[in-house]
Amino acid sequence: MTIERFPVEATHILMFSRAVGDPNPAYGGATGAVERPADAVAVAPPTFVVAGAQFDPDNPLRPRLGEPWFGSGREPSGAAREGGGMLHAEQHFEYHAPLRAGMELTAARRDGQSWEKQSKRGGLLRFSEAITEYRDAQSGALIVTARMVGVKTERPVAQEERA
Amino acid sequence: MRGEREHVQVGDSRSMVVVESLTRTQIVMYAGASGDYNPLHTDEVYAVQVAGYPSVFAHGMLSMGATARLLTDWFGDEELVSYGVRFVNQVWPGDTLTASATVAAIRVEGDARYADLTVNTVNQDGKPVVSGTATARLGS
Repeated sequence: MTIERFPVEATHILMFSRAVGDPNPAYGGATGAVERPADAVAVAPPTFVVAGAQFDPDNPLRPRLGEPWFGSGREPSGAAREGGGMLHAEQHFEYHAPLRAGMELTAARRDGQSWEKQSKRGGLLRFSEAITEYRDAQSGALIVTARMVGVKTERPVAQEERA
Repeated sequence: MRGEREHVQVGDSRSMVVVESLTRTQIVMYAGASGDYNPLHTDEVYAVQVAGYPSVFAHGMLSMGATARLLTDWFGDEELVSYGVRFVNQVWPGDTLTASATVAAIRVEGDARYADLTVNTVNQDGKPVVSGTATARLGS
């Protein structure tokens, strides 16, 4: 995955902060008694960079016009998925510099380690790691490093065994 | 709650409710904002009939994002150095999540001080859903 242009926008930050249920006025919501100056720049919440998926032209988790979608429509599923879905096992962020509205990022992802583990309820669990570097598009400076661990299970499973 | 980070000590702990009776609508909001439209999270027909789950369930990142509120409310915006979690149990519609964080260590590096934290979020039954660590800058 490469994202060539991830504009960090105030409205996007506001929508994201509402979605995680955080009324912090620093995110632009100003729903409470604490008002921010009108010209204050919204800061990005700690997990905001994942919303860069909106700017990934190949995001497989976004329906596309004219292409089958694996979610329901007339039928419970519109397309078979290859090899079952990936569940999110771990997520780690390192913050190198502040991220605020008005900045523009690039994102480059590389594969990390992969390993397997046998689970009584989920069958064979296949873990894989991906590291994404989010950089300032202008300066190239590293802003956030994200490390994601995904797991593919043989069958649906409650997640308590995955640790 | 803000602005007390200069006085943080090892063992200090805070907790707060970060999700109250999770609605499917909030999960839809998260899908829309994040760009993760995986129907496991928003499409009950698909989640139940095709994927075999009892219902849709929240994105792990929704729980991690909700939990972050505790950290930024405590230590301030833009003071986190790192934040990482494991998703140990799924979060279902109707769940109420309580996040807690405890200062495990305070470190001095150069002219900056840092608090290393353990972070845990549990559901209404006390079952852990998010478990991890974070480091926050404390200033000099």
